[in-house]
Amino acid sequence: MDFLRPRSWAEALELKAGRPEATPIQGGTDVMVEINLDKGRPAALLDLTPIPELREWSREGEVIRLGAGVTYARLIAELGADLPGLAQASRTVGSPQIRNRGTVAGNLGAASPAGDSHPPLLACGAVVEAESVRGTRLIPIGEFYTGVKRNALAPDELIRAVRIPSATGPQYFSKIGTRNAMVIAVCSFAVALDSRERRVGAGIGSAAPTPRRAAEAEDFASGALDWDGRGPLDPGVARRFGELVAASAAPIDDVRGRAAYRTHALAVMARRALGWAWDDFRADDRGGSAR
Amino acid sequence: MRVNVTVNGRPMTADDVWEGESLLYVLRERLGLPGAKNACEQGECGSCTVYLDGTPVCACLVAAGQAEGREVVTVEGLAPGGGPGGEAGDGRRGGRDGALDEVQRAFVDAGAVQCGFCTPGLIVQAHALLASADGVPPDADIREALAGNLCRCTGYEKILDAVRLAAARRAETGSRA
Repeated sequence: MDFLRPRSWAEALELKAGRPEATPIQGGTDVMVEINLDKGRPAALLDLTPIPELREWSREGEVIRLGAGVTYARLIAELGADLPGLAQASRTVGSPQIRNRGTVAGNLGAASPAGDSHPPLLACGAVVEAESVRGTRLIPIGEFYTGVKRNALAPDELIRAVRIPSATGPQYFSKIGTRNAMVIAVCSFAVALDSRERRVGAGIGSAAPTPRRAAEAEDFASGALDWDGRGPLDPGVARRFGELVAASAAPIDDVRGRAAYRTHALAVMARRALGWAWDDFRADDRGGSAR
Repeated sequence: MRVNVTVNGRPMTADDVWEGESLLYVLRERLGLPGAKNACEQGECGSCTVYLDGTPVCACLVAAGQAEGREVVTVEGLAPGGGPGGEAGDGRRGGRDGALDEVQRAFVDAGAVQCGFCTPGLIVQAHALLASADGVPPDADIREALAGNLCRCTGYEKILDAVRLAAARRAETGSRA
């Protein structure tokens, strides 16, 4: 095994182009588990932690450009107001020690269907910024996940950043697990209200081969919600939203849960999360600015 | 490969490090610092918690090469004299004359140690909590801070007592953990 230690982003891209089989490593919370437990042995590790610009995030218009090296701990501390859904999901990742190391980009690179970042990224329409020596490619999040632990990155590409719209309405994340820490999701759900476009975003995790949007549920709720009157959420709308979210899943039975349980739990989580988000929207006098 | 890392204030070098090796393995097997414990090797148990550039992390999930040029503090380095100025002088044996850091002292006094395997990780993690907290943290904060450290003996009550005790003593004396 080789250990590649680029000192700049340009050098990292060169190394990846020359060694496309190299596995990028950031926080190590997935990569090192594979190696420690001998589940896989990369031909080379490409350490991205020395590259300072990856550790930065910036505001670009109404989008947060989240560098690939920004840890969950920093996202929680610094971006809770801009990215409330993703920050909520980040708080449920592992433990403090894991959140001090793990990154959203690492979650995307691993592309586990159970990764906690994915549902909120789907719900708010994030874009993955992939880069190689050939140039930069912007991959809409809905096209990023291509299979179980597979993503749309080309062999010579690295994730430079994730571009996430700053919230324009309430966002919530919900996750089922056996305890409140150190849990891989049995299933998970995120909702994001875009009060300007009057759209509802819905992302599901750990209930299909890939994280996925619940498009039919999104369209239904976007049209059925009382955006002008801001009346209470119609229980029938909430229930139907939950049913459509559950219908968009394709879960399996595995060690963490049964498919039938996942389908049921998704419907419940979606119904409740929409209710929490809608209550926040109604309580917001400012006409739907970010919470 | 060679890895240069400052551990408990002392520059150290490990040779013939395998590229897939963890920082934990380097500390325990190459640098003679067995304080951080090797249990789950997947970041689940927290017994290998060390400071990396001032932030508590699971040493089992840090690739050895990622520690190059960085600063690590292990449980051996917490006590006064546990660093390079200590009697042992090599950062290996903890504090001089059995000196303990106040978190370590509180674990002893509260009876928070049974088999002791999880203790080093809990102490480093509690140390980090108290370093950033004012006064005695609420129980919810202590529980959250220690959520990634598993103990199979104590049922955690004595551990929570120890953290409260250390925090209360620190608040009394006005010192920082």
